[in-house]
Amino acid sequence: MIARRLLDSGPLCGALGAAGLVGAWEAAGRTGFISPTVFPRASAVLSRAAGLAADAGFLSCVVSTLGAWAIGLLLTVAVAVPAGFLLGTLPGLERAFGPVFEFLRPIPSVALIPPALVLFSDKVDMKITLIVYAASWPVLINTMYGLKEVDPLAKETLRAFGFGPAAVLWRVSLPSTAPFIAAGVRLAAAVALIVGISVEFLAGGAGGSGIGVFLIEAGGATDALEYIVAAALWAGVIGYLSNGLFVLAERRAFRWHTARTEVAR
Amino acid sequence: MLEISNLTHTYGSGPGSHHALGGVDLSVAEGELVCIVGPSGCGKSTLLRSVAGLLRPGGGEVLFNGAPVAGTPKDLAVVFQDYSRSLFPWMSVADNVSLPLRRKGLDRPRREEAALEALTQVGLEEAGAKYPWQLSGGMQQRVAIARALAYRPALLLMDEPFGSVDAQTREDLEDLTLRVRGHHAMTILLITHDIDESVYVGDRVVVLSGAPATVVGDLRVDLPEPREQIATREHPGFVRLRAEVGRLVRGPRPAAQHPTPETV
Ligand SMILES: Nc1ncnc2c1ncn2[C@@H]1O[C@H](COP(=O)(O)OP(=O)(O)OP(=O)(O)O)[C@@H](O)[C@H]1O
Ligand SMILES: [Mg+2]
Repeated sequence: MIARRLLDSGPLCGALGAAGLVGAWEAAGRTGFISPTVFPRASAVLSRAAGLAADAGFLSCVVSTLGAWAIGLLLTVAVAVPAGFLLGTLPGLERAFGPVFEFLRPIPSVALIPPALVLFSDKVDMKITLIVYAASWPVLINTMYGLKEVDPLAKETLRAFGFGPAAVLWRVSLPSTAPFIAAGVRLAAAVALIVGISVEFLAGGAGGSGIGVFLIEAGGATDALEYIVAAALWAGVIGYLSNGLFVLAERRAFRWHTARTEVAR
Repeated sequence: MLEISNLTHTYGSGPGSHHALGGVDLSVAEGELVCIVGPSGCGKSTLLRSVAGLLRPGGGEVLFNGAPVAGTPKDLAVVFQDYSRSLFPWMSVADNVSLPLRRKGLDRPRREEAALEALTQVGLEEAGAKYPWQLSGGMQQRVAIARALAYRPALLLMDEPFGSVDAQTREDLEDLTLRVRGHHAMTILLITHDIDESVYVGDRVVVLSGAPATVVGDLRVDLPEPREQIATREHPGFVRLRAEVGRLVRGPRPAAQHPTPETV
């Protein structure tokens, strides 16, 4: 009975799952199943992670990654949303650029780092450019998809009252597409974090900073693996929190959207 | 005010095409309330969408105050048959009603005042802060009517506007339409499938044939004014007109179509 109730509560159940995995990880180390020289124990990593939270060097790396992430995400929205609207409202443009996009989109962003290294002298510029490139896809595609989903009758309603195309775009197409754009930005936020840290890691330490750079530099330390896993853990926590915040904000702002789709189900 | 001549429209082309309007002629004078009845799927909504400039008809002409309709005529409001899709779910009911008033250049307090007044007229003064999807179908339909009334258009197009409300509310809304028309000198084109309703509210009842639709009847309703739900409906003229419209809507029934005992 109590077990049932525990499993019904989402956060509690999730916490139990996480605790179980950490327990198994620790047990694997203690029983000698996994030697600490191959992979550090949970307790060691967690205490390193706690130490990192107070480590000025690590925190400045986190700030640097998050700064590039935020700027990259803002630029992404500024570029991809208008581009999505242009492509979504002008069928000619979509026909012209659609095939190019279908070619570019599957290229893994990490594969672009070597050519970017040649192109850019400034590492921050390069990081932000690659973030914007990789994060734009989900926003662009969601914006275009959302525009297609706008109810034609909603647009006709406004037209019937004498509103012009600009007003219809602003008052119907944009609000109606907003939930799709927001979902695209949430996906983009995850992509931006991954790409940002990857670029930091692959572009190397000299002149750079960020969680990825911290990972490289920790490689030389004696407890390298503990530091690396602990830093990766923090990267995971940041990604998890940002996703959670986006989901929460979406639920609040687009109650009309979720409530309607729930009714339709 | 409205001159429709030889209006035709065909949806699609080739073998899958549908000839919806087969040359509709209709003229509506300023201040008139004309009801349009006809069998389901005959092309009533198509006719209305052509008048609203939302659909470019295949042929013929619609003149609004003497000028051909290109785009949407000014000072027009439409109550769509699909009322729930025509309300904006991201806005409160009050904002839905007041949004079109921006076109009239009213400032915010006056828009809100007009919205509240229209919502009160349809009995929804309490619902302004809610969202359309929180209301029942009949309430949503009344919001759509309130939005059109608040706009005070010169020409009001209504496509089966009272289809989703209960009988009592329906009568109230019919009377509201008559009152508003009297106060604001609106010209109204009202589509309905309810023959009694068409005779009760209309100055004229225009009957369309099945597809392709043409006008098969245009009856002037000369019943005593003001109309009253009980007295008007038992007036001998009402009974006679209702039967006449009913016969026109059913159309000529060739004897061959009646099932005979042998074929059953
Ligand atoms: N967009 C469209 N494409 C193809 N055919 C259509 C389209 N819209 C309507 N039609 C067809 O045209 C005919 C007339 O449609 P319309 O909506 O005008 O009928 P209606 O008289 O309003 O019917 P109802 O009383 O059921 O509302 C119907 O047979 C319908 O199938
Ligand atoms: Mg219709």
